[in-house]
Parts: sequence; C-alpha cells; structure tokens
Amino acid sequence: MASTTTPQALERTFNREWFNAFIRKYAIVIIFFAMFVGMSLLSDAFLHPRNLVNVIRQISVVGLIAIGVTMVIITMGIDLSSGSVLALAAVFAASLGQSPGWHDAKYPGLMLPVIVPILVALTIGVVCGVINGSLIARFKIPPFIATLGMMTVARGFALLYSDRPVSGLTDTYNFIGQGEILKVFPIPNQPPLGIPIPVIILAVVAISAHVMLNRTRFGRHIYAIGGNEQAALISGLNVGRIKIGVYAIAGLLAGLAGLVLSSRVGSGQPGLGVGYELDAIASAVIGGTSLSGGVGTIWGTIIGALIIGVLNNGLDLLNVSAYWQTIIKGSIIVVAVIIDERKNR
Amino acid sequence: MDENVILQMENISKSFPGVNALSNVNLAVRHGTIHALMGENGAGKSTLMKILDGIYTPDSGQITFQGQPVSIDTTHAALKLGISMIHQELSPIPYMTVAENIFLGREPLGKYGLIDKRKLNADTKVLLDRLEIGINPTSIMKDLSVANTQMVEIAKAISYDSSLIIMDEPTSAITEREVAHLFRMIRSLKEKDVTVIYITHKMDEVFQIADDITVLRDGKHVATVPASQTNKHNLITMMVGRELTEMFPKEVAPIGEIVLSVHNLTREGIVEDVSFDLRRGEILGIAGLMGAGRTEVIEGIFGIHKIDTGEITIKGRKTQIHTPADAIKNGLALLTEDRKLTGIMGVLPVRDNMMIASLPNYEKRGFLDGRLIETTYKQEKSRLDIKSPSMHQLIKLLSGGNQQKVLVSRWLLTSPDILILDEPTRGIDVGAKAEIHRLMSKLAQDGKAIIMISSELPEILGMSDRILVMHEGRVGGIFERKDATQESIMQAATGHGLDAQARQEEMTV
Repeated sequence: MASTTTPQALERTFNREWFNAFIRKYAIVIIFFAMFVGMSLLSDAFLHPRNLVNVIRQISVVGLIAIGVTMVIITMGIDLSSGSVLALAAVFAASLGQSPGWHDAKYPGLMLPVIVPILVALTIGVVCGVINGSLIARFKIPPFIATLGMMTVARGFALLYSDRPVSGLTDTYNFIGQGEILKVFPIPNQPPLGIPIPVIILAVVAISAHVMLNRTRFGRHIYAIGGNEQAALISGLNVGRIKIGVYAIAGLLAGLAGLVLSSRVGSGQPGLGVGYELDAIASAVIGGTSLSGGVGTIWGTIIGALIIGVLNNGLDLLNVSAYWQTIIKGSIIVVAVIIDERKNR
Repeated sequence: MDENVILQMENISKSFPGVNALSNVNLAVRHGTIHALMGENGAGKSTLMKILDGIYTPDSGQITFQGQPVSIDTTHAALKLGISMIHQELSPIPYMTVAENIFLGREPLGKYGLIDKRKLNADTKVLLDRLEIGINPTSIMKDLSVANTQMVEIAKAISYDSSLIIMDEPTSAITEREVAHLFRMIRSLKEKDVTVIYITHKMDEVFQIADDITVLRDGKHVATVPASQTNKHNLITMMVGRELTEMFPKEVAPIGEIVLSVHNLTREGIVEDVSFDLRRGEILGIAGLMGAGRTEVIEGIFGIHKIDTGEITIKGRKTQIHTPADAIKNGLALLTEDRKLTGIMGVLPVRDNMMIASLPNYEKRGFLDGRLIETTYKQEKSRLDIKSPSMHQLIKLLSGGNQQKVLVSRWLLTSPDILILDEPTRGIDVGAKAEIHRLMSKLAQDGKAIIMISSELPEILGMSDRILVMHEGRVGGIFERKDATQESIMQAATGHGLDAQARQEEMTV
C-alpha cells in the first residue's frame, strides 16, 4: 500500500499505464496498416485507386449502422435489429421513389420529390429505434431480446409490404447510392475518379457522431450510463430517456443505411441487409468498443469496418473461397474480444 | 493446551489493502459449547470466521482443530474437517428447490449417474422434520420468505453433520418465534456435542444462549469471558472501550435555520417513522449497526427508492422527490456508501467522473467547453489535493482516497446546500480521511448542512453536532454532541437506550 504512494512508484505506474494505454489505443490502427501493406504485396489490383474507393464504398452502409451500434454498445446494450430495420426502410423508401412510368410501380403514376422517401426511411428507422429503446428502458426487457424481436418483426413487415424487389427508381434516388462528386482525380486510361456520395454521408455522420459523443452533454451521458448505470442515475441523469435516444439514433442510422443501400443496388428488397447487424457489431468490437460498456470510439469503429472491408476485398482479390472468408472473419472477431477482455482485467 | 478445547486460533493476522482487519487475534473455543463472538461493525468477527471457513487465507497465525494443526484453504477443506458456516449474507440459488439447495454439490446419485430426485427429496424431508422446520423440500427457493430462506441455510449447515458450526448473525432476518426455534435447534446440537460459534450484535440473545463470550475490537482480541460472569454493560464497555485517538474534531461553525426536515418517513418493512431536522452549518451524524436502516433512510430522501409515507421539507417548502434528479434540483447531494458499485464509473476518465452531475455548467451553445472543463478540473484538483496525473486518467487507476475525493468534487460542483455522505471515509487511508474531515468542517462553516452516516464511533463523535442513532429501522435516539458517548450510542444502537438508566441503577445495587 505504502509503496505505491511514493512519487517515484506513482510515476512508474503511470508510465507503464501510459505505454499500455498507447498500445491499447493504437493497436487496431497498427493491425489495419499491417493488413493494408500485406494485401498490397499479395495483390497488384489492391492498391488501384478504383479498388480502394470501392472498399470504402462497400463499407459505407455497414459503417453507418456500426456508428449507431457503437453508441448502443457503449451504454452496455446491443442492437440486433439494424439489418432488418434497414430492409424495412429500404422497401418503403423505394416504393415512394419509383419512376411514375415504371411497369411494376407500387403506386402507379405517383411522382414524389426525393425528400419524401428520404424522410420516410429516416422516420421508419427512428420509430423502430424508439420502440427498441422503450422496451428496454421502460419495460426493462434485456436489449438482446428486445432487438431480437424487432429484428424478426421488421423483417416480417418488409416482406409483408413487398415480397419482391421494388425497382425502377428515379435517377435522383439512385444518385444517393451510386453518384459521385468531385470527379477530378485523374486515373490513366479511365474517366477521372470522384468521391462516392455514400462515403460522404458516412464521413459526415461519423464526424457528427464523434463530436456528439465527445463534446455534448448527451454524448458524455451515454458513456456514463455504460460506465456505471447506477452511479449515472444517482448523479441525476434521466437514464431511461437517454437510452431511448441512443436506440433512436441507431434506428435512424439503420434507416439511412436502408436508403443508401436500396439506392446503390437500384431497388428496395425485403431481403437487404441480412447479417449486417453482425458485421456492424463486429466492426465496433474490433474497433475497441467494450461489450461491458463505457468504452468505445467512432474512429475505432470506422477502422474496424475498414478492417472487415479490406479483408473481404483482399480475400476476394486473392480468390479465397467465400467459406474461408467467413471463417477468417469470425476468428478475427473472437480474437478482438479476447484482447478486449484481457485489457479489462 | 486445555484438552477440552476443540478449536484454537493463534496470532491470526489479516490485512486488506488499506486496512488491518485482524492483528494477532487469539480465540479458543471449548468443545461442546456455544461461543458468542461480539464486537462493533468492522471489529473483525466475520473476517476471523471466514478464515476458519477457508474463504480468506490469514497472513499469519495458526489454527489447531481437534488437536491437529490444520490449514484451511477452501470451504471444501473446512467441510471435510467438520466445520460449516451460515453466512450473514444469504446466497440461495433462487430458481432451484429447497432440496437442491441443501444438497448442492453432494446430490444422491442413482442409476447411470443421474440425480436420484426421490432420495434427494426424501433425505431433505427427514432433515427438515428432524429440525422441525415446516418447509416443503420441493418449494422453489425464491418463493420462500427471507426468514424461511434463513432456516434453509441453517438446515443446510447442520446437514453436513459438522462438529463445529459457525453462525454469522443468523437472526438478523427472522422473527422472534423463529429465533426461539433456532435456539432450540442450537441447544439440541449442543446436546449432541456439536460446538457452535455464534456471531451477534444482540445482547439478549447472547445471555440466553452463550456459554462463553469473546469480544473483538478493531481487529484485536479484547477478552474471552464466561457469559455467567459478565453483563450487558460490561460487554458494551469492552466493545467500544478504545481511546479516542486519530480524531479530527469538527471546527465550530455557526448553526443556522432548518434546511431539511424529514417527518415520519416510512418504507414498509425497512424504515419506520423516521423524523429529524437538519440545520445550516450542522453536521448530523447517523450511527447504527449494519442493517439498522441508515442507508435506506437516505435512499428514501434522495429518491432512489420510493417511500411509502412521510414528508420531506426543504428550506420550508414541502417537496416531492421521486428521482435523484429531483433531489439534485432541490440542492441535495449524495456520496454513496459503495464507491465501486454506485459511485465511480471505473472505465471512464477522472474528468467525466468529476463533472457528470454538473455538465450543464460547462455548456456553451450546446457544446461542452473543453477549456472550461480543464480549468474546473485544475481548480478541483488543487482544492481537494487530488493526486492524478491528468484529467484523462481512468479513475479506476487512482487510489481509493483519490477516487473518493473525485466523487466529493463531483457533488461539490453541483453547488448543493445539503450534502449526504454515506460512510465517506470507509476503506481510504488515514491521510485522505483527515482531508475529508477537514473539508467537511470547512463546508459546514460555509453554511452547508451535512448528514454523515458512519460505522465508526470515533468519527461520529468527532465530527457530529448531533447524532441520530438508528435501531432496526427506527430512530433509536438523538443525542446532542455534549451528551453523546460511545456507550450511550452503542446502547441506543443495540436497542438498550431506553432502559440504560435502569441498568445503571441495577449495577450500583
């Protein structure tokens, strides 16, 4: 007892702590760069700018979900419903974004400005999220069960609404997922490269989420609840309302992801986003978000998503079978959690 | 060594981080007797018994049981030697049956190694019948009353046919009728040559049942006496009779108007009819034994648990408090008893832990002002002398005393009028303790009103202007500083406050 309170001992402890903290904080970045370098050595195609832009475009949908899921996990919750909420938002939004002349239009002759499907997708997401949050905060249902229920119910409603793809979307709608801006980056023998809209959406959302988590009262409350819910309550926080808010944001982002994905694939399909919730959870966990609550960052989650994205892309380029890909991905998730558990000890 | 002694514990020492729980304790228990172990909260009774039960390993000392030197590393080893223990905190497995709980880990097996349920239930029935406990072996534990749960634990301890049974406050949860039943069981155990060590706070019980009494105080052995050669008054004196050193008396502060008035606060079955006033500049100490309802009163006032009846008046206004947020709005602050469980957010940095209750103060146009937060952190760090390398340090890496200072700072930053401190110096080192005492004096001088719950009598006596003593959920007495002594408080806490006078007279006869 006495020995740890001498100044020298304190300094030693903190230096070691600081070093450990450094490694802990940046281990994931180091792993990412190692993978990046490895892939570029193994495959010539990997470093091609178009391929790299592709990787980011591919992770943008899961990335959006993962940002919401990260906040949920920081409160010591979980959200299994995001893939299904994505699909529900996608089919509703797409049905309101079809060209009026499309032969199989859900509402023939209806022509709405693109803002309508956008708002509908976001609203559906928020409603699902508020239901999740209320079940958890007011009815004290474990997050796992509440969102498992929502996962099944939302998927059911999506199929009920349209059991086949809702296609024939307007060009404006398709621009959300397929468009690029700033087409100024020259590539030899090809049209210049631009920045995909989904990537811009992801960047804006990620930065806003980061600022919210770190610079607003609400953000710090999210960490406090995950750090010690009872202490947060006694400190005067309205824990129930904050939790509902967090699940609502997660729902909102799932809805937004549904909009982006339906636009990228050019149709709203009830089977979209199956398993995305697991990729999102994996991104968060690989990025250092602790399932025991109170710990997690947005940039960590984005790197987690990038690791999964680079892994998928690289293994594709190397012609590794899809079966092996899932095995490798699964192992990485488990290893990430083992590391997380060890540092909590 | 006396032939008749079944258990001899010699020079037992045990320390936990920051606390010397036991130092060189000796205990000798005669074969076939009922030996009471007494002492205040934190005297070391439970620690000593947990060493005997293999839960703790002593730092030094030796144990001789039935004439053999033994080392007891696990509860399993204790059971094999013939020692079983009934713990103060009940730990039933709620969704299993009574029979499954009693025979957990030694279930009778039938064919193919499967559990023989019929034999399990039959054996349990025989055991319960023998002890005259009317509980169905197939009842689910969670459906039993607390008293019946306690009876099952007692039956379980007896079912091992141990030669030594330790009972740690077995009557804290049961009614008088069941106490009588328990005493019958203990006496019949004694007839069968079983030795019982009985931990209790309750004076009456000791003189009804014990042959010998050992008193511990501050982790040291005070005396072992035959029950027939002592009385309540002597026991109380032995339990509290320490010199009042290490005291940090409260400095004089002007005492002002009433800021908090609690009237007939009741939480059914937990707290009954508690009333008191608190004035500006005053420190009101709340004393009482473990489980007397001290924390429960505070939880009611602060809106953590619903109160059934009662009125709370703050600065002359009747106030409804339903949540801690309401309490904070009304100028209350609560430093909780269990720092880890309800205080710190371990994985978060010092900054968040310090500012979490006062975040609106640092908001500018909807965003938290990092510079203001840093200035506040620096001010608080120097005001409370918090030792932390930076505001980004995780709080779990600070020492207990520094964690506590961060939590004190958390509440001071809400600018409260009324501070409630539940065991503010438990488990922290002497230096930090003194600083917290000094700070309390200072806050009282600044016109804050303070309620301090403490299990340490010297702290209560040193710091309080008035002392409210809780006993079994009720107010056992309220003392002015000048009238309070360790003895009078202990008497009120053990439920002998009212007849203390009578006993004094009896003694002088």
